[in-house]
Amino acid sequence: MYDFGLPFAFVVSPKPMLLTREQIEDIAHLARLALQPAELPVYQQSLSAIFDFVGELDRADTANVVPMAHPLAGQSQRLRPDVVTETDRHEIYQRNAPQVAAGLYLVPKVIE
Amino acid sequence: MNRVSIHTKTLAQLSKGLRAREFSSVELVRTFLDRIDAHQPMLNAMITVMRDQALTAAQAADRELAAGRGGPLAGLPIVHKDLFCTEGVLTTCGSHMLDNFVSPYDATVVAKLKSAGAITLAKSNMDEFAMGSSNETSYFGPVRNPWNTDLVPGGSSGGSAAAVAARLVPAATATDTGGSIRQPAALCGVTGVKPTYGRVSRYGMIAFASSLDQGGVIAATAEDAALVLREMSGFDPNDSTSVDMPVPDYVAGLDAPLAGLKIGLLKEFFEKGLDAANEKRIREALAVYQRLGATLREVSLPNLPLSVPAYYVVAPAECSSNLARFDGVRFGHRAKDPRDLTDLYERSRGEGFGAEVKRRIMTGTYVLSAGYKDKYYLKAQKVRQLISADFKRAFSEVDVLMGPTTPTPAFPIGAKTADPITMYLNDIYTIGANLAGLPAMSIPCGFAASLPVGLQIVGPHFSEGKLLNAAHLFQRETDWHTRMPEAFK
Repeated sequence: MYDFGLPFAFVVSPKPMLLTREQIEDIAHLARLALQPAELPVYQQSLSAIFDFVGELDRADTANVVPMAHPLAGQSQRLRPDVVTETDRHEIYQRNAPQVAAGLYLVPKVIE
Repeated sequence: MNRVSIHTKTLAQLSKGLRAREFSSVELVRTFLDRIDAHQPMLNAMITVMRDQALTAAQAADRELAAGRGGPLAGLPIVHKDLFCTEGVLTTCGSHMLDNFVSPYDATVVAKLKSAGAITLAKSNMDEFAMGSSNETSYFGPVRNPWNTDLVPGGSSGGSAAAVAARLVPAATATDTGGSIRQPAALCGVTGVKPTYGRVSRYGMIAFASSLDQGGVIAATAEDAALVLREMSGFDPNDSTSVDMPVPDYVAGLDAPLAGLKIGLLKEFFEKGLDAANEKRIREALAVYQRLGATLREVSLPNLPLSVPAYYVVAPAECSSNLARFDGVRFGHRAKDPRDLTDLYERSRGEGFGAEVKRRIMTGTYVLSAGYKDKYYLKAQKVRQLISADFKRAFSEVDVLMGPTTPTPAFPIGAKTADPITMYLNDIYTIGANLAGLPAMSIPCGFAASLPVGLQIVGPHFSEGKLLNAAHLFQRETDWHTRMPEAFK
């Protein structure tokens, strides 16, 4: 059991790490995060512990339970009239951009 | 004007003083700016100080006040957590990713408080992207707890809580995704309110987990919190989850008698793990409520123990989606000399985000990935439904729930950084209210080994007025909220 002296005890896994180094590299790529080699074992360990921890959710009987879609029951996504409300402020917005030319955001060449 | 003691006054008292012209807004603002500067090396509570803008705004406020005009917060100083976009001002979210981001617009909260007359003095330090419970994940360094500067102030709104505790400002905005208003308020001995989901606009509040994030306020007293919350709340067409309901006058309802108030004690909050001294202070606070005519009864929320694992699926999932916008193209940090577009994305994000943010993005990416969505994400949303139903059942029997805000008082800087799950469990008592979208508060209720202890009050949706009323009457009976850390008197 995890026992941090805290109210709720959690079952600790005696199993080997849930995630492999390759899986961490895969997740990092999906998330578009370049990791340093030294970061990989750290995330392998902490993400394995986190997935073990959240595995506690399996204990709950959720048969016939509808997943929550909104914290306030009965609220639905509001629609607004399809009218133009914004003015063109691209010059102000682009002041924060790392690289801009002629009102366009610059990125490395995508199509050869 | 006695500039020595003015910082000890509440927002309500300062407002009266300004209206009576006992002192000017410029004098007031300068007093607090000087305190911010004097204590910044020790506390690190701020990321950006807006001295010139604040003094200019204070001069304008003085003209309004002299003419008998001015909004409800005219001339009063405030600080914004550095995830509220502030036009023309650096808005960093505590991250290297945004350490050069000057917001092109005001968050609705910032605009509303500005139009109510409040003067923004500074942007407060915070855990990076509000991910943390100790303010140690900030790119700008940890904030220190004014009660003992070797300890954390809590997080993620650690700068706002420490600033109010040290009276560097009478009130500060904050946000709460899993406890980020209430936990630092408890650890710093101040009053914090997390409103109902949808009560305060999220427009311009840099998103972490959109179904959980909610803006609120930290102040010295419930009355001050009510003054600010009344002005921040309300419908905003720019936030699609903003609720179109009138805002009650939270200040007018503060003195309603509590006789007959039914208080539920969450059985799960008083089980193993609650620090004995904390529990003693909580029990003493409950006795105060009994003297005020409230009745106590134990209630059980059997699914509440699963709130932390449910949160650490839902919040990272939403974070991984929200933080996809930081791509090194339109704003924020960009890596040098990218080989190609993928390299640009990956290195900009790898360099721009800190360790905890990357951990949560990866957690969220995994729980939403093919083959795992049902196992983790949908399962967590079902558990969330069960937790919400538990609260609903409890509120059919009682008016409010009370218990501790945190299991222990503030802990040393560095004590919990090695193991993320130990850190995550700091929010064990606060996360439930976020999952269910409920309003909740923390108020000071005494000390354990010279450190503040927070009493948490949770109510049904849109019961902020009742919570503030209960907190205010407690503060009329006690003086914990007036205590100040010795070094900052």
